[in-house]
Amino acid sequence: MTVTLTVDGKALQAEAGSNLLEVCLENGITVPNLCHLPGLEPPPAACRLCFVELEGIDAPVTSCTVPVSDGMVVHTDTDRVRRLQRSALRFLLSVHDVDCKNCHANHHCALQDLARFLKVGLKPRGLSIILKEPEVDDDHPFIRHYPNRCVLCERCLRTCHDRHGHSPLALSGRGFDTVIRCFADTPEDAQPCQSCAACVDVCPVGALVLKTG
Amino acid sequence: MEEKLTPEESAILEELRQSIRGDDSQRSRLIPILQKVQERLGYLPPEAVKMVADHLAVPLSEVYSVATFYNQFRFHPPGKYPIKVCMGTACHVRGGEIILENFERKLEIKEGETTEDREFSIERVACVGCCALAPVALVGETVHGHMAPSKVEGLFTRIQVQKEIEEKRRKKDGSE
Ligand code: SF4
Ligand code: SF4
Ligand code: FES
Ligand code: FES
Repeated sequence: MTVTLTVDGKALQAEAGSNLLEVCLENGITVPNLCHLPGLEPPPAACRLCFVELEGIDAPVTSCTVPVSDGMVVHTDTDRVRRLQRSALRFLLSVHDVDCKNCHANHHCALQDLARFLKVGLKPRGLSIILKEPEVDDDHPFIRHYPNRCVLCERCLRTCHDRHGHSPLALSGRGFDTVIRCFADTPEDAQPCQSCAACVDVCPVGALVLKTG
Repeated sequence: MEEKLTPEESAILEELRQSIRGDDSQRSRLIPILQKVQERLGYLPPEAVKMVADHLAVPLSEVYSVATFYNQFRFHPPGKYPIKVCMGTACHVRGGEIILENFERKLEIKEGETTEDREFSIERVACVGCCALAPVALVGETVHGHMAPSKVEGLFTRIQVQKEIEEKRRKKDGSE
């Protein structure tokens, strides 16, 4: 069933129950997001960037978790929404080693795009920077991981799971110490990664890179 | 740093392997089994984690993901002198972090790790209940209050002396 909703004053048609974030993006309305992967349910709603306001609901909601319904009225560009998004981005950047010159994602990095869109500096003022050690995780035979570039969106491991039914990648630790890690039994177990590398492709920043040579 | 299993540990691991065979292999048994393994071995060496993953038929990554989430699980053997640095609120504001760093630098290991000779291990703990002495560190069960970087050095000298006394006593006992 097709429904009509209003986003930022524009009337849009969409399939009932489809994902609000996706509907906005498909219609050219920019809604910041990092962790959403179209088609992979349920959304982890981990990045806290895709907030919008819905008329009739008090607090802003994460659009990636909202199914659209008829008559829905959505605002994506309110003060409250932007404040939440800027805070979320600033916190992400406070645990980030911003060194774009030396990063392979430079100029095609979701964080850079978000910072530009939300008018936030890449070095968050007023927050102390907390970085993890070691700076580089070289355990995997083919893939190098930079924990201090990772935004913990889980896109890599969800994509891997979706493709292979299981994944050597997992979240390890908790709190500030949480990192994505690869736990392969033996180097042979990691062999398929060389030809797949779907995780590298789907990383929105420069946290995963295929080792060369 | 990966420690090699000692012969005793290998024996215990074999025993554990036999005994968990009879255990339920439902995923919900993951934490109880890890606890059982750690109780016997004192930590979770890679061989043990692999054994648990195989028993439950879940990916290794999943076992590690769960095990690393909980503070109760450790991945390095406890040292003969386990050093616990208090990170409770009082010790935190009195510079517990600096004390921890001093131990780490002195022993050239990180928090959660063990020296190669298995003499020392370092971990951070929550309030040990004597905040008036903050910052506090424990070596084994002995509390050392009002810690300062200079005291870290002194502590190791004391342990060294203590070791030598024990050594002498052992020799004497042996010659008698
Ligand atoms: S991940 Fe993006 S923001 Fe971070 S260093 Fe690389 S290019 Fe810069
Ligand atoms: S490595 Fe990349 S894709 Fe994976 S969680 Fe980190 S930022 Fe996301
Ligand atoms: S895209 Fe909705 S919370 Fe990340
Ligand atoms: S906070 Fe360290 S003893 Fe209480």
